[in-house]
Amino acid sequence: MALDKGFDQPRKFKVVGTRPLRPDGIDKVTGRARFGADMNAPGMLVGRILRSPHAHARIRGIDTSKAEKVPGVKAVVTRKDFPKPRPDLADIMDNVMAGRKALYDGHAVAAVAATSVHAARKALKAIKVDYEVLPHVTDVDEAMKKGAPLLHRGRSDETVPAGFSGNVMHRFEYGHGDVEKGFKQADLVIERHLKTAAAHQGYIEPHACLASVGPDGNAELWVCTQGHYMVRNTCAGLLGIDASRLRVTASEIGGGFGGKTTVFIEPVALMLSRKANKPVKIVMSREEVFRATGPTSSTSMTCKIGMKKDGTITAGLAELRYQGGAYPGSPVQYGAMACFAPYDLKNVKSIGYDVVTNRPKQAAYRAPGAPMGAYAVESVIDELCRKLGLDPLGVRLKNAAREGTRSSYGPTFNQIGLPATLEAAMRHPHWKAKLGKNQGRGVACGFWFNFGGDTCVSMNVTPDGTVTLTEGNPDIGGSRASMTMMAAEELGIPYDQVRTVIADTSSLGQNDVTDGSRVTFAVGLATIKAAREAIKICCERAAKVWGIDPDAVVWEDGHAKPAGPNAGKFPPMSLKEIAAIATNTGGPIAGHHEVNAEGAGVSFATHMVDVEVDPETGAVKVLRYTVFQDAGKAVHPSYVEGQFQGGAVQGIGWALNEEYIYGADGRLQNPGFLDYRIPVCSDLPMIDTVILEIPNPGHPYGVRGVGETSIVPPLAAIANAVSAAAGVRLTELPMSPPKVLKAIGAARA
Amino acid sequence: MTRIHVSTTVNGDATEFLCEPDETLLDVLRERLGLTGTKEGCGTGDCGACSVTIDGRLVCSCLVLAAEVAGCEVATIEGMADGDRLHPLQQKFLDHAALQCGICTPGFLVAAKALLDRNPDPTETEVRYWLAGNLCRCTGYDKIVRAVMDAAKEMRRA
Repeated sequence: MALDKGFDQPRKFKVVGTRPLRPDGIDKVTGRARFGADMNAPGMLVGRILRSPHAHARIRGIDTSKAEKVPGVKAVVTRKDFPKPRPDLADIMDNVMAGRKALYDGHAVAAVAATSVHAARKALKAIKVDYEVLPHVTDVDEAMKKGAPLLHRGRSDETVPAGFSGNVMHRFEYGHGDVEKGFKQADLVIERHLKTAAAHQGYIEPHACLASVGPDGNAELWVCTQGHYMVRNTCAGLLGIDASRLRVTASEIGGGFGGKTTVFIEPVALMLSRKANKPVKIVMSREEVFRATGPTSSTSMTCKIGMKKDGTITAGLAELRYQGGAYPGSPVQYGAMACFAPYDLKNVKSIGYDVVTNRPKQAAYRAPGAPMGAYAVESVIDELCRKLGLDPLGVRLKNAAREGTRSSYGPTFNQIGLPATLEAAMRHPHWKAKLGKNQGRGVACGFWFNFGGDTCVSMNVTPDGTVTLTEGNPDIGGSRASMTMMAAEELGIPYDQVRTVIADTSSLGQNDVTDGSRVTFAVGLATIKAAREAIKICCERAAKVWGIDPDAVVWEDGHAKPAGPNAGKFPPMSLKEIAAIATNTGGPIAGHHEVNAEGAGVSFATHMVDVEVDPETGAVKVLRYTVFQDAGKAVHPSYVEGQFQGGAVQGIGWALNEEYIYGADGRLQNPGFLDYRIPVCSDLPMIDTVILEIPNPGHPYGVRGVGETSIVPPLAAIANAVSAAAGVRLTELPMSPPKVLKAIGAARA
Repeated sequence: MTRIHVSTTVNGDATEFLCEPDETLLDVLRERLGLTGTKEGCGTGDCGACSVTIDGRLVCSCLVLAAEVAGCEVATIEGMADGDRLHPLQQKFLDHAALQCGICTPGFLVAAKALLDRNPDPTETEVRYWLAGNLCRCTGYDKIVRAVMDAAKEMRRA
């Protein structure tokens, strides 16, 4: 569905672009909203999971006999209870419940359901697992070396060159031109090795679900997830039941950021419930969230870029090595595709290695894979600018990808917003503001693909002329408000006459996960299309009443009107009037739309940050932060700003504090918010935002997804600012005080 | 284990419950009293999602044994609105779009109210340090701080 024609004369919106209160707001400020752990069922049991204390161990046997005899215990489940999985679900199954081997500290090995927490805890202690502890590896560079402990055998594919360990699963390569030739044309070439630590999505709500399976095979699941249709399909596959038998209802979701796009506890709760024939609730502890759900990859990267004295980038080469935990599928492919995407380059090559280690399987984290690659590229560009005495914004604008640029990963861009964000950054007072002692300023650009995907919505006009919109994507940050606004805009009725609900999996067709910044774009597009279908029916009904041709009726401002004087003179009919007589004109009025949405429209941002480095302690304070990002069309600007701010602050945490710390024993040493420190209120300044609107040609209103791009530039922007303030280039994240202090000391020595 | 009989006041209502000696106030509020507006984000006092007040003092209810609140006044998010009238903080959180997912919101509101009860005219820095025990992963805190400052302003006028 293309952008509505005439977008160069911007469409005048009535609802889109305003800032109404979100429809779920009252529930969320009064404590009424029901999240994953807030649901109970009569006769409900408590489910608990036993986890491996070893980073790598063969499971020789599991004796559950004593646990089964603990009073109150109604079911015990191990891998043996699950059917052999389909090949495409094999890794998910193994991650949900270990089979032959435990592959990381925290890997689930057994589960119990009992009448009380005490009984469940006692039963977990009574399970005897016979482990044969194996050598382990958690560092990506170590894991790639020949002779490293191997997690899987025979899973490296044909893309992996000889000389690497069997932990390297796949090698990706993107680019065009001749980078060696390009480096020869440069006046300065810089090559850097950089590392980033694994960061967790850090959603405040731990995973939670309530499962109920009856002997008739019908199953119900209440769960906090980014995609309940995905949960249904995956769980049905793992349990060997028909998807239609399993009805999944998404609770309100307490944050996800990509981390709730797979299953962990859900198949276990369903299996326990099936065995016990009672509802079973599982709620993860925070420690379980850290140890056993997906953080993002830790990485090791090499980046080499050549630049002329005038700022022209002659060549860029990046080698990205991402460990994705215990199973294949790190987001290195996206990193390799995205890292050079902001630039129009003649010679560019990016290589990615997908590596397994004895860590929890990584899960998507906001623009998965892109922030690390951008950190490498944007750090080296910054250093080139400094050494050549060039303006970092000017150099980026000079090399910026534009409409018609062949991207580093293949496709040619259409209308894109990167130059607009850079120009806005150059004009902004932040860019000219004075800096004090020990202070530095950094900038960086970021790119994300955005996604469309399977989408199915249903719009029903009630007899009183108000409207319910039924969609299938959990509302993770205010999307119900955006959908309601687009429905009201298209129908021409007030915002408060539309109510948007998130349907369970039995009520709509397949909907992809709330990911890829897809919802406002794809569900919005489907909503507009469904509204147009409902409008068409309304026009037909009015035509019937007036006795004229349906083509002679138009829809304007929420009313059916005769198209012109030739159509006849009839007073306009409102949606309310048409709905009131629907029974007599043909029955209920509804609009539907089902689509695999394409044309999501890529997204770019430029970030600018000022920091102060304490030379005595190495501590970094963020003083000022401004985000410039293209939203296509901001449907609800407050929530667009919120996405910009939230992504930037997650990036600040990743850049300065957050990291998975493993001991020599391969165990995670900081599985809690005390030692895995996410940014708190007192760490931060206000986060300023500038919304650019370069319409996406793939959406009727020009909307682009905005959720993910905001986490791509911060790592580099902050590293560039810290490097400027400290007077030494930092090449490893997080830039925690000891690391900054060490770098300052080394530079002085 | 023998359960303990506790008489207390929750949101102004006399309340009695039986609890295990090792049961937290958070678990009693959520599991025994049906007050699920108070959330568990960590269970270790690091995230503030379970913030409530006991006799006006802000605490993490996950770190308080339920038996300790005998004879006390407990206030939770469910008691913040006055009938159908939202507390100014609740209204300002909506006006400023100070929540995205909303899981941390009850804790922030309870904590912010405890601040404004003590200090009706806090600076931005005071707000930021007072709320440093409440984690939010969605918003970057910008709109939360603005909402609290704005609510304080409105409450001073009232």
